[in-house]
Amino acid sequence: MMLYKLSLKNIKKSFKDYAIYFFTLILGVAIFYIFNAIESQTVLLNVTKSTMDIIDLMVDMLSGVSIFVSFILGFLVIYASRFLMKRRNKEFGIYLTLGMSKKNISKILLLETIFIGIISLVIGLIIGIGLSQFMSVLVANSFEADLTKYTFVFSSKALVKTIIYFGIMYLLVMIFNVINVGRCKLIDLIHSSKKSEKIKMKNPFICIIIFISAVLMLSYAYYCVTRGVENLISASDIFIPIILGVIATILIFWSLSGLILKIVMSFKKIYYKGLNSFVLRQISSKINTTIFSMSVICLMLFVTICVFSSSLSIKNSMTSNLTSLVPVDIELSKTRNISLDKKEQLGYSDALFNDSYKSITDSLKTLDFDVDKYFTDITTVYIYVSDDFTFSDTLGNALEKVKEKYPIYTYYAREEFMKLSDYNKVAKLYDMPTYSLNSNEYLIIADFDSMIEMRNMALKERPTINILGTSLVPKYDKCQEGFLRISNSHINTGIIIVPDNVLNDTILQSEIMLANYKGNSKEEKQKIEDILLGLGNNPNKENISLNASTKISIYEASVGLGAMVTFIGLYLGIIFLISSAAILALKELSESTDNKLRYNMLRKIGTDEHSINKALFIQIAIFFSFPLVLAIIHSIFGLEFCKYILMTFGNEDMIKSITMTAVFLIIIYGGYFLITYFCSKNIIKDK
Amino acid sequence: MEALLKLEKVEKYYGNKSNLTKAIDNISFSVNKGEFVAIMGASGSGKTTLLNCISTIDKVTSGHIYIADEDITKLKGNNLNRFRREELGFIFQDFNLLDTLTGYENIALALSISNVPYKLIDKKINEIASRLNIKHILKKHPYQMSGGEKQRIASARAIITNPKLILADEPTGALDSKSSKMLLESFNYLNKEFLSTILMVTHDAFSASYASRVIFIKDGKIFNEIIKAQKSRKEFFDEIIDVVTILGGDLNDAL
Repeated sequence: MMLYKLSLKNIKKSFKDYAIYFFTLILGVAIFYIFNAIESQTVLLNVTKSTMDIIDLMVDMLSGVSIFVSFILGFLVIYASRFLMKRRNKEFGIYLTLGMSKKNISKILLLETIFIGIISLVIGLIIGIGLSQFMSVLVANSFEADLTKYTFVFSSKALVKTIIYFGIMYLLVMIFNVINVGRCKLIDLIHSSKKSEKIKMKNPFICIIIFISAVLMLSYAYYCVTRGVENLISASDIFIPIILGVIATILIFWSLSGLILKIVMSFKKIYYKGLNSFVLRQISSKINTTIFSMSVICLMLFVTICVFSSSLSIKNSMTSNLTSLVPVDIELSKTRNISLDKKEQLGYSDALFNDSYKSITDSLKTLDFDVDKYFTDITTVYIYVSDDFTFSDTLGNALEKVKEKYPIYTYYAREEFMKLSDYNKVAKLYDMPTYSLNSNEYLIIADFDSMIEMRNMALKERPTINILGTSLVPKYDKCQEGFLRISNSHINTGIIIVPDNVLNDTILQSEIMLANYKGNSKEEKQKIEDILLGLGNNPNKENISLNASTKISIYEASVGLGAMVTFIGLYLGIIFLISSAAILALKELSESTDNKLRYNMLRKIGTDEHSINKALFIQIAIFFSFPLVLAIIHSIFGLEFCKYILMTFGNEDMIKSITMTAVFLIIIYGGYFLITYFCSKNIIKDK
Repeated sequence: MEALLKLEKVEKYYGNKSNLTKAIDNISFSVNKGEFVAIMGASGSGKTTLLNCISTIDKVTSGHIYIADEDITKLKGNNLNRFRREELGFIFQDFNLLDTLTGYENIALALSISNVPYKLIDKKINEIASRLNIKHILKKHPYQMSGGEKQRIASARAIITNPKLILADEPTGALDSKSSKMLLESFNYLNKEFLSTILMVTHDAFSASYASRVIFIKDGKIFNEIIKAQKSRKEFFDEIIDVVTILGGDLNDAL
């Protein structure tokens, strides 16, 4: 009973000093619940099946991310409880001298963790359930769905999941605490407050050498992910710059903590001005003892900035590219004229084999679908592919050079050809430039950036190609911008356009039909879409093979994917930010007792309040901005890399998403900074 | 001789009406310029409270304290800080050095918070360091110093601003006898050479015997006062012991 009272009192007492820890825990619980409860909100949405599929995928991914998030939060909770323990060493010392056994102290800690756990879970879940009502509006908005009716949403699944995950986290903390108590010695506990930190001055030369080598390592890592990005061939290559970056980050914090002090100390006029010497020493000793957590925080901030900016820009570019990338309502394609050899080889059924000799229009007729009744602007074009003409043939003499630069591309992929008149029909429909060719010329249409680069390398050498016995020379020494198939991103790796008479049906591979729906309103178009989807139930369906992409499905997929990426980015971003800010805040606050003594000393020798507050502010500001500044520098290069990876989604300029990220960062990180400052100010206040 | 410090009917109460503790009960005395005064008393006699009131760390309940004709009980806010910074020097039992700073930086801080330019800071520290014989420990951090060394750094910090009054609160409390002796001798040196006025609170008769006047306090009131005058330190020490004996058993434990 006494233990119960003691632990309850302890929580009450520390609540004020560690409000920020409780706050973070509650926030963590709330966010965990909100993102895991999204599933139950989407049930109410009035969305099509394809959107629902993406939502299902998102829910799966979010629960995957949740596992990762729980690791981050678990790390934070254990880290925080270590701080809390350290601060209470003296208290435990007194308990031990009074004759309390270590087992009882463990019991106190156990009870405390249980109390903290229950309080944070209850409050966090209440807040989470409250906020998730707003989340349903956000979810509906992101998926561009109508919120049919508002109902109070409560996900018991998310609730149970949150309780289990956090329960495990708290259990780990308990085990950790018990181990820690078992290890400590009474003499250390009693003297812990008097133990003055040993200040080791690092050798400035070693610092400089380490700093320079860290900068070199970083520069190389930066180079790898920006200028040298083409050299990153296999997925494992990316680990080199990542590992280099991590090591360099740690080394930079290690060396800078000593170096900055040394540098400022040499400017004696600045160093011996006001409280500068005190502030600098404080910071350097703090960074010295937190090199590892500083690095972790820096990297977490870096990941946050990159994930957040890229997820926002994916969303933006996904939706904004659609108008230009999907100029028509539907693209139908089917494989044509399957040869007997192929039939045997790939095991086509007789029905499908026969079907391949029918046009798209005829195939659709067997399903009782009349294209003229529903479609307008019908444009039919043909793709020709020869087994004897691969990508390496297009590259000509430049093959070796290109291979050197991009060794992993499939150079034996067969090239696609199109008749000039066919392409011009498409170009007219898409409102893009049309071309003309002499009888011995060809040109290449592409819009996938890295493929354009490869092809341009070859086109510069003006390779002659040989197709069906005709030799052709390139008209341009560059690929022309353009595409045939509708999609949510730039995926045209290249189509070779040749004069009409060069190609014949012996190498005909597929037929593509582009069309618009007959209908002016969204509803009318949706009706036709539904009829098309209904064809999937037609009994004759097995006998024909048709592929279709429609504007509506692409649009839904893009909006859905964009929303999914945003949600995951948001989830990870918030968790990373609050975790790193909370670690910094806790570190600062846990030293408040030591700092209180120091600031009192300053007061006794006559420093006025204003200077003291200023010193405290500067000290905390530098402590908070140190990892942030390095993270921002990392991000400048990291975002370049993200941009490269996300190139297929379109090179939307990232300014907008970076601004959003900055606002987000300032609110959360800045908020934590201010709370820390005011809490510390309160702690060091003379009473 | 003009009085540098003058206390007039100073009282300090703790607690509420039903349970009132008079930590200082109507004390009046004055300290002349250039004097080295020790205040002796047992634990709980109110001597530290008295020092805290003089040092403006604590506020009196009633009465006035004048330092160089300025009534410090009327000072407020930043004026108080300025006064503490410019007119007073402190030496504490637990040294109160900043553990993150070196000896040099600790001394410099007392000047830099008054915006003294670096050149002057450096000159003054070098001067005082050679006088107090602490040059060799200036670059050390407090955790690398012995208690005596720490206290000499603290003394240097206290006097570097040329304060009108140096207040020492049990300065030898945490020192061994050899260090105590060295510190007290440097107090004497400061008193004679720099003409510093020193007010020291102690419960140790040996420390008090270095002063030129000893004021005894018991239960918040002045109990007795003896002056060294031309006596040798040994004679003065014996005299102090006599008073301590009269004071009662309270102080015996301190010997």
